[in-house]
Amino acid sequence: MSKNIVQQNETALNTGPIIEITGMHKWFDDFHVLADIDLTVQRGERIVICGPSGSGKSTLIRCINRLEEHQQGRITVDGVELTNNIKNIEKIRMEVGMVFQHFNLFPHLTILENLTLAPIWVRKTPRAQAEETAMYYLEKVHIAEQAQKYPGQISGGQQQRVAIARSLCMKPNVMLFDEPTSALDPEMVKEVLDVMIKLAEEGMTMLVVTHEMGFAKSVAHRVLFMDFGRIVEQNSPHEFFSNPQNERTRLFLSQILH
Amino acid sequence: METENNINPTGYDDVRPPVVHTGVIGWIRKNLFNSWFNSILTLIVLYALWKIIPMLIQWAFIDGLWMTGGAQCRAESDGACWSIITANFRFIIFGFYPQDSQWRPFVCMVLLTALLLVSRNRRYWKKPLGLAWIAGLIIMGVLMYGGVPGLERVESDKWSGLPLTMLLSVFGMVAAYPFGVLLALGRRSEMPAIKTICIFYIELIRGVPLISLLFMSSILFPLFLPEGLTINKILRAQAAIIMFTAAYIAEVVRGGLQAIPRGQYEAAESMGLSYYQKMRLVILPQALKIVIPPTVGILVSAFKDTSLVVVIALYDLLATAKSTLSNPEWMGFSVEAYIFIAIIYFICCYAMSNYSRRLERELETGR
Repeated sequence: MSKNIVQQNETALNTGPIIEITGMHKWFDDFHVLADIDLTVQRGERIVICGPSGSGKSTLIRCINRLEEHQQGRITVDGVELTNNIKNIEKIRMEVGMVFQHFNLFPHLTILENLTLAPIWVRKTPRAQAEETAMYYLEKVHIAEQAQKYPGQISGGQQQRVAIARSLCMKPNVMLFDEPTSALDPEMVKEVLDVMIKLAEEGMTMLVVTHEMGFAKSVAHRVLFMDFGRIVEQNSPHEFFSNPQNERTRLFLSQILH
Repeated sequence: METENNINPTGYDDVRPPVVHTGVIGWIRKNLFNSWFNSILTLIVLYALWKIIPMLIQWAFIDGLWMTGGAQCRAESDGACWSIITANFRFIIFGFYPQDSQWRPFVCMVLLTALLLVSRNRRYWKKPLGLAWIAGLIIMGVLMYGGVPGLERVESDKWSGLPLTMLLSVFGMVAAYPFGVLLALGRRSEMPAIKTICIFYIELIRGVPLISLLFMSSILFPLFLPEGLTINKILRAQAAIIMFTAAYIAEVVRGGLQAIPRGQYEAAESMGLSYYQKMRLVILPQALKIVIPPTVGILVSAFKDTSLVVVIALYDLLATAKSTLSNPEWMGFSVEAYIFIAIIYFICCYAMSNYSRRLERELETGR
């Protein structure tokens, strides 16, 4: 993996923000799971979010495509504000791809059908064209020869690569990754990270919740540290890892970087 | 082609299981004689079969009479009197439908069976099959009811026997299934009004026996209709069967919906699928597949429950057979009559469960 992806794409930034979150709060019943979140993501920016479990990092990115509903503050994605308006929500979901910890492929459909489902039904792409796009992305994640298999017949690493390709078929502007390698066997983590790095090299806007600090160091523009539902610290990867400011960040880093 | 020995990636020798654990001997040992208790049971059952089966064959076939009158049966033989079936065959099958028009329900049944057989194959589940069903329905309606030039009109209170059983059960199931799925979706809906209505409906129907629903549909319901307006009795019974079966299907389907992991809903939503698309393309195909076994259980019992329409004086297959028995000539041969009916019911029910197993195999995707 190249050390200088960050520098390569530096110029691509500053074309304006794509996600703007201001003063956002969320509660699960009485539990204050996200507090006073302010976050602006530039086009082409790659952000890694880390923090202890239960700190709200998954919930934060799940608010961006409305898998979770926020109760206070504003979230705007590509100029569209997230409200209860179902049309807005569906519009934003078309632009925002998501990759889950447990892949969540559709087990009753073949790999190819998994990839073409949303383009055909949501984007109304003709089937032939959708299949062509699907095969292009399957090639890209090195899995084209499995197109006719079902998800249950391939390995976890392959499933996660298919899940990434599935999101890409919708031609999203932003990709959200929710602990994409946490459910994988150790020997499969690299194949998934390699795909994500390639995606980063192409300038995709990415928000990644992960514990893979190597990935954060080499790919992220910015690392966010969350604890108790707040963004405690954010910095460039170099500063973040070499010179953490907050006591809790230091504690967290000492626990995961043995 | 390679020889057996050199395709072995593990590098270890291939060791075959001992012979006593495989093949016929292995199967017998494993299933019939795997413990002393099981061995004793096996021997007892074998002894019982050895005693019973010859007796049964003697009664049913060797001493059985096929083409006689009832009196002869009584006088000549201790065996089965299958003559009750052969002599009353047309009445048992077609009931009170006019004799010279009985080809019409016969054609209907053939048509219905053909449609069902074609529908077994999932490759045909496209628009033309739907149109064929609609066309078939109209043809069947015209044939049964008549009233067009060339076909004498036959009032629906004459419809009876096997055609009635088939009509009530096939259309009962076909209509109850989608209705039940809608109820299940409604019960899981986030809209309180829809949810409440569905829960109320399901619990109300499930809390009441089918017989009382049938009574209500035939006696109570007409009281609420304005003077002069009547709804066909068969239609009312059909509605009661559909309402009843749908409530049970709804609960089974709800179980299937709950078994689908939340991740599937989230993945579908995160790609921008609407509620309808999410359910139709992602959730229901999986949920309905999971619940094939219990659903078929309900459909099989719904099929058998159609015989309850006798309480509102509709003569289905079971009822026509029963009324044959009240004829003095054939009194006392109920065993033979019921065996015949049981065989017909069994063929239908077995076909259903057999098909459901095939469907499950076809839909298996190695999850």
